[in-house]
Amino acid sequence: MSITSATASELLAKMNSGELSSEEITSACLDEISRRDESINAFLSVQHEAALEKAREVDQKRKSGKPLGKLAGIPVALKDNLCAAGVTTTCASKMLEQFVSPYDAHTVERLKAADAVLIGKTNLDEFAMGSSTENSAFKTTTNPWNTAYAAGGSSGGSAAAVAAGFTPLALGSDTGGSIRQPASFCGVVGLKPTYGRVSRYGLVAFASSLDQIGPFARDVTDAALILETISGKDQRDTTSLDAPVPEFTSHLEQPLENLKVGYVEHLHEEGLHEDVKEATHRALEVYKSLGAELIPITLPHAKYCVATYYIIAPSEASSNLARYDGVHYGYRAEHFENMIDMYAASRGEAFGDEVKRRIMLGTYALSSGYYDAYYLKALKVRRLIRNDFEQAFQSVDIIATPVTPTPAFTIGELVDDPLAMYLADIFTTSANLSGIPGISIPAGFSKNNLPIGLQLLAPPLEEERLLRAARMFERETEWHRKRPE
Amino acid sequence: MDYTVIIGLEVHVQLQTKTKLFCGCSTKFNPDHPNTQTCPVCLGLPGALPVLNREAFHLGMKTGLAINCEIPSFTKWDRKQYYYPDLPKAYQISQFDLPMSQNGWLEIELDPETREKKKVGIIRAHLEEDAGKNSHDESGRGQDSKVDLNRCGTPLIEIVSEPDLRSAQEARTYLEELKLLLTYIDVSDCNMQEGSLRCDANVNLHVHKADGETVPTPIVEIKNLNSFRGVEQAIEYEVQRQWKDWQAKGLSLKDVPKETRGWDADRGVTLEQRGKEDAADYRYFPDPDLAPVTVTDAERERVSKELCERPADRRARFEKSYQLSVYDAAVIIDQGPTLADYFETVAESCGNGKQAANWVTQDVLRELKEREYEISEFPIKSEVLAALLQKVDANEITTKSARTVFQELLSDSEGNRGVEQIQSIIDEKGLALVSDTGQLESIVQAVVDRNAKAVADFQSGKQAAVGALIGQVMREIKGADPKTVRELLVEKMS
Repeated sequence: MSITSATASELLAKMNSGELSSEEITSACLDEISRRDESINAFLSVQHEAALEKAREVDQKRKSGKPLGKLAGIPVALKDNLCAAGVTTTCASKMLEQFVSPYDAHTVERLKAADAVLIGKTNLDEFAMGSSTENSAFKTTTNPWNTAYAAGGSSGGSAAAVAAGFTPLALGSDTGGSIRQPASFCGVVGLKPTYGRVSRYGLVAFASSLDQIGPFARDVTDAALILETISGKDQRDTTSLDAPVPEFTSHLEQPLENLKVGYVEHLHEEGLHEDVKEATHRALEVYKSLGAELIPITLPHAKYCVATYYIIAPSEASSNLARYDGVHYGYRAEHFENMIDMYAASRGEAFGDEVKRRIMLGTYALSSGYYDAYYLKALKVRRLIRNDFEQAFQSVDIIATPVTPTPAFTIGELVDDPLAMYLADIFTTSANLSGIPGISIPAGFSKNNLPIGLQLLAPPLEEERLLRAARMFERETEWHRKRPE
Repeated sequence: MDYTVIIGLEVHVQLQTKTKLFCGCSTKFNPDHPNTQTCPVCLGLPGALPVLNREAFHLGMKTGLAINCEIPSFTKWDRKQYYYPDLPKAYQISQFDLPMSQNGWLEIELDPETREKKKVGIIRAHLEEDAGKNSHDESGRGQDSKVDLNRCGTPLIEIVSEPDLRSAQEARTYLEELKLLLTYIDVSDCNMQEGSLRCDANVNLHVHKADGETVPTPIVEIKNLNSFRGVEQAIEYEVQRQWKDWQAKGLSLKDVPKETRGWDADRGVTLEQRGKEDAADYRYFPDPDLAPVTVTDAERERVSKELCERPADRRARFEKSYQLSVYDAAVIIDQGPTLADYFETVAESCGNGKQAANWVTQDVLRELKEREYEISEFPIKSEVLAALLQKVDANEITTKSARTVFQELLSDSEGNRGVEQIQSIIDEKGLALVSDTGQLESIVQAVVDRNAKAVADFQSGKQAAVGALIGQVMREIKGADPKTVRELLVEKMS
């Protein structure tokens, strides 16, 4: 096992036994980034010095026998829409290219308290709007399995960083699949927790009622470990849930008895790639072989998910992004005639096409005279989608679906066809609309050797069930052990 | 042809919380140190989230209940979206379709003579955050405008009246009564200079045509009204302007959308502010960052119990229980709850409300004004004044002597101002009213005996002659009651 392909749990064990230091691990990661990120483009900034300093500090702490946090000495990358004091938080936008947050996000505070080593900030689609990281104003992240292909998005940088051996752990954010889809494309574990499980304080808002922070990891155990660290009520986010946070790692190896796995028959079959269909089918067979009962379920409103999502998310985004007006911070146009012109020029010059598209969609949907027909209607459909899941979870414990209709597409393939790009969110948006947790775990490869993920969904706050079910599958398979060349 | 004036007021009141509506920053009025009372939340920095200040909601409920509103059991927060440099999020967190209180009223007195009263309907009162403050270069040199965000996020309650007001004077009375009420229930200092109470007025006319038809003229919202006088003058001006406009153009409400005009106090005119064509679309929608608020019956009841007597009720009670004149009761109530409490303690303890009112409205208020004291700092405490007035009431000293004691107490350099101090001053100055009629009678007799001329004058019908004799008696016996002295003199001389 090399340092850069090991899991966080393996690295922690080696640090605890004295075999490895955090400095060695951190250096190995930084070296790998220096060597290969030029072709992967996972990072927007690397905190080289600060990371090494923190690593040495943790090593010292470990040596002196002081109590250590859960992630002591483990490098963690942050999607660049998470605020960390003193470093840029760009959201991959020209608008915030120079923006340095004066404060830490809640998750960043938690990671620091857990003695993690914050190694760098990762690339994303501008303001997390996209499914390929091609909408970044600065660079396009490539898929570590084949750099001609997209890493997915919007948390493509975090997914690629974990897959490429740059860091064992990373955080991303998931508004309509932005953790699960790139995790699937890059062959790593990606988890979107229950809405409210993790505080959004310090996550630059895209669509507030859908955004949720979650981890990328090389296996389920690592995902459970970091989720323990970042979950829990935060007084600064009133939408964060005041629910007990179980030790997700403690019962992970214990298989779920009499597990009922729901699956949707003929779900979007027409657009589903053969390789994905096959991988999903094989995954269900694995559960069956473990004694699980496979139960067909229906989600009658699933076909409206994408439409509903693409009204709600842009509506909230149009409001959340209004603050970037060139007045108080961020980009301001050099030439303008008057105040209104300053707003228009600053926003016009600093936002990319996809961001502008969604701001316009959302502004339209919230406009007087259209609100009822679009936004209000979408909220009602959202309720129906949530009801579908409540209904389904009456008879099953978890639901298994593909993550995306196809394996990773090539860079540039869908970039001029936003509608096709939106439709690729078909399996992921429902979890955000209904607030339930979802995970993507490696479940196979396409014929051209690109990873394919399996999505598992559980009822609200049932991350423990979700992780245990995922671990059951992982123990029986070797997909998660594969690393790109 | 004549017209009826139709006015509705929108009043913004700053609630006196220590911290802002959605963050922990101070709400102190601090224009000299701009942008020092800010944090990521009120600056609208990326990633920051609002958290409701429960005290602000509590004060909002108190306000709603005081103006007789229903407090619905479910209320939520909405974003009101517009671009302006003093609004760093480019939306204001406010309440749109489900305000936290609605359907109330406030009673005002239209005429102190007739005591005619009127209930002014209140459509709603909702909570929202204040914006910051822009200041523009007025030198004409085109310097940058500046933005101070200290005020940004301060809790406001917006109280929207029904268009029930029929004159500028009525609007002013409503605003004064509202201010008084909010001061009494202790939700705001209502300081208009510091912008704690701001008012917009919606004004139009209902023109009664000769054929019996009534036509409403276009509605104008007047902004920037920051004094009672301003409210009154701006509305008076606007009524005349609209009347002339009607006579010239004959436009009705249906022909023109609502217009916004600003009050220019220096020039005494209203000026068009926002163009008619770009009527704002605020694109309200529920704020996904804030959970809706639910209010239980128990909470409603608990807050109701916290409410003190409303000033109007207290005014009426003062008139009735203490036999005060309408004027005196109003003067005392208008001074605010602390002075009213002071008065009431004095009145209760000395047992003579009328006398207490005279002293409080004259002597106490005069001293407060001259010495620039707040009533809470006034050196003569209510129980001391009460003890003093008791002595007047019990004929132990004269009113004039009481004033001397009052002044002595005020100017006592050692700060001895207890009840016991009153007697020391009386003794020291020999102010005790002589109740021993024997002693008084002998002095009166002596004065009569040695003033034969004055007695003769009096007996021949010159009433004024008594005055000089009273003076002589009083010089010999300081605590004498002049009324008694006069009676005795008249008796002896007759």
